[in-house]
Amino acid sequence: MAILENTYAGLFCPAGGFHIDPLRPVDRALITHGHADHARAGHGAVMATAQTLDIMAIRYGEAFAGMRQVATPTRIGDVDVSFHPAGHVLGSAQIHISGRAGSVTISGDYSRTANPACAPFQPVPADIFVTEATFGLPVFRHPDPLDEIGKLLASVAAQPERAHLVGAYALGKAQRVIMLLRDAGWDAPIYIHGALQRLCDYHIAQGIPLGDLRPATIDRSTKAQFAGQIILGPPSAFAATWAQRFPDPVICFASGWMQVRARARQRGVELPLVISDHVDWPDLTRTITELDPAETWVTHGREDAVIRWCDLQQRAARPLRLVGYDDEAEA
Amino acid sequence: MKRFAQLLEQLAFSPQRTGKTRHLVQYFAAVPDPARGYALAALTGDLALRKVTPSMLRALVAERVDAELFALSYDFVGDLAETIALIWPGGGGADPPLPEVVEELAATAKTALPGVIAARLDTLGPSERYAYLKLATGGLRVGVSGRMARLAVADFGTLPLTEIEELWHGLTPPYTSLFTWAEGGAKPVNAAKAPFRPVMLSTPTDAKALAALDPADFSAEWKWDGIRVQAVCDGGVKRLYSRTGEDISAAFPDVLDALSHDAVLDGELLVRRGDAVAPFNDLQKRLGRKTVSARLLASHPAALRVYDVLIDGPDDLRALPHHARRARLEALPLDPARIDLSPLLRFDTWDDIAALRAEPGDPVIEGVMIKHRQSPYLAGRIKGHWFKWKRDPMLIDAVLMYAQRGHGKRSGYYSDFTFGVWDGEALVPVGKAYFGFTDAELKELDRFVRTHTTERFGPVRAVAPEKVVEVAFEGLAESSRHKSGLAMRFPRINRIRDDKPAAEADTLETVRAMIPR
Ligand SMILES: [Zn+2]
Ligand SMILES: [Zn+2]
Repeated sequence: MAILENTYAGLFCPAGGFHIDPLRPVDRALITHGHADHARAGHGAVMATAQTLDIMAIRYGEAFAGMRQVATPTRIGDVDVSFHPAGHVLGSAQIHISGRAGSVTISGDYSRTANPACAPFQPVPADIFVTEATFGLPVFRHPDPLDEIGKLLASVAAQPERAHLVGAYALGKAQRVIMLLRDAGWDAPIYIHGALQRLCDYHIAQGIPLGDLRPATIDRSTKAQFAGQIILGPPSAFAATWAQRFPDPVICFASGWMQVRARARQRGVELPLVISDHVDWPDLTRTITELDPAETWVTHGREDAVIRWCDLQQRAARPLRLVGYDDEAEA
Repeated sequence: MKRFAQLLEQLAFSPQRTGKTRHLVQYFAAVPDPARGYALAALTGDLALRKVTPSMLRALVAERVDAELFALSYDFVGDLAETIALIWPGGGGADPPLPEVVEELAATAKTALPGVIAARLDTLGPSERYAYLKLATGGLRVGVSGRMARLAVADFGTLPLTEIEELWHGLTPPYTSLFTWAEGGAKPVNAAKAPFRPVMLSTPTDAKALAALDPADFSAEWKWDGIRVQAVCDGGVKRLYSRTGEDISAAFPDVLDALSHDAVLDGELLVRRGDAVAPFNDLQKRLGRKTVSARLLASHPAALRVYDVLIDGPDDLRALPHHARRARLEALPLDPARIDLSPLLRFDTWDDIAALRAEPGDPVIEGVMIKHRQSPYLAGRIKGHWFKWKRDPMLIDAVLMYAQRGHGKRSGYYSDFTFGVWDGEALVPVGKAYFGFTDAELKELDRFVRTHTTERFGPVRAVAPEKVVEVAFEGLAESSRHKSGLAMRFPRINRIRDDKPAAEADTLETVRAMIPR
């Protein structure tokens, strides 16, 4: 029996009888982190970090699973299971499984750039390393995020009559942008769309300071006060007329995808900000080299290029093509 | 170089024309000669650095990056220069002056270019590498046409655009005299013979819109499926321009030879053998060439079918009404072997026009042009004067079979589709379409492809045979090159037919029956 199998519902550990980040409802799920493509509602029992469980409750309601359990090193069936920091978003973890059939580390999504919202990525060697490949192409070399925030602040200074609207995913990216702005010295209030409120509040409750946040509620009488301000909203809000209510808005978007011009243009982004919470190509390949697993499994994005790189390095690797997985979701 | 790279980013990401124009005006104001002139030339496509080819760049990057990793990256990014700019290993923060870089590219011999380019790429950062490669290869693709760039110069200097357009072909990079004029100096004298004049464009119409107009006010002609050109003969200097003012003379020496009388003619460029006008495909073989072989001149002879005259000898006729210009055109001495008149259609009512349009009698006719008899010759697309009423397209319902990521504007999206129709139980591919859909439809199709992929062949994805699309096309012919035995002209996705189950899409038999006989 293999330590890990690729099934219709996602990755499955037969000796433990559980799935990891399953795509479809299952009896027992271990969840790496709270992003929607990893954490889904409707499983029988869920094990995750306390923060990920809280985040799932915020996103899906308290009844998101039949049973929940906070991750601690434990034995499930015939395997030992432990959770380790992934450096991706608040609560994110890698899952390490070991048993008679060997060991595996499932990274979930991970990043090796410092992020004050979570503990840094911890290398956990294993026979098999399951890596994400969201930015798994050699064209992805993420710039220093503070330089990107510098571009935003320069644009605000150059166009004080316009409102800067920054698209950022609700979990992780929005808070990251806020923390970077604070680091860069932006002490003014930051306005946030209602869809970001609860997760920002949760970060603050977890001891991550975000400064003065105010709701971005706008009507005719308040329109003018948004000139020269920075407003954050989820990308979905930009498709609606919400964004157009602000004074001559500069549409910005904080995402690793912004490194590719056409992606920014297709979204109608005027100021792309390359800010990512995933590994870029140099960090991804460096991580595989460091961990030196007997086998690398690649999921989630540009598998082909990572497989090719492994071939060139004479490393065993295989792609996990998960059917129904949208490979360009939140990043 | 950094300021130029920044300009390209600003232009690429400004959603509206006004924003782009503002960035250009700011650039012209902030950057001195000759850098701003070289930037302008790069935008208008007049920087003649044609020695750097895509294949040269591919070879260069192949020395540094694994070919398969490069191919996967290029497929994802969708733009050669951008892919190389991002993937090039290392990189510094150099900021060489733009003129130094341009002059170096212009002065370097072809064999030495790869070394020079690689050395530059090693010192530049990604954004400057991108700007540098765009400069070296031409084709900036920042959503700025030559016309828009000239418009920005007009804005910068509060100069009339038409005067800049008319001067343009007499000016050369870095356009110091033009910028001097824009900053209050003397207007450059038009050094060029046979300059381009901005052309008059038509707007689409249909039976409903025409009903409100009096047919007696209009004349009508066939709309030929060729290329709109302006032929200029000016004291022995002869030029052929596309409708955007690109000089395409080099590809059509046979047409130039036939110009003898000093005039500016407006007409359709076609391939014509005797009286028979050849399909657009034949004309395509003649396009984009710097020289033409005698064999091609003989097998694909080009001709002009003229429908307007802007200038006749010393007389500028553009202010005259259309009927008066037509009379002057008919009186011109034309070489009938290469230049003939676009005949006027006889009609009394719009129903007559509708009937002509329905049965044009020549497959190279793509509709009818309707022109107001009193209209002067006006630059640009001004409503109410010239109308085009195109033939209805043919339509079929087909099933999506394969998809591939697009390039350029659509890169990243699955936007290149192969569709098929039923041949018994099996789907047979009958064509490919890259456009026709709205942005919202593109997103829907892209999502469908990503969530319904059944197989992958390199960059191509096979999808579950579930999505029905209505395909519109302009012509259908037998073809031995395609598995289906059919070749479609100009196919595009007209709409998504979510109302139709895949089993009810068209069959090969019904599509075959549409071939004109
Ligand atoms: Zn994630
Ligand atoms: Zn993910």
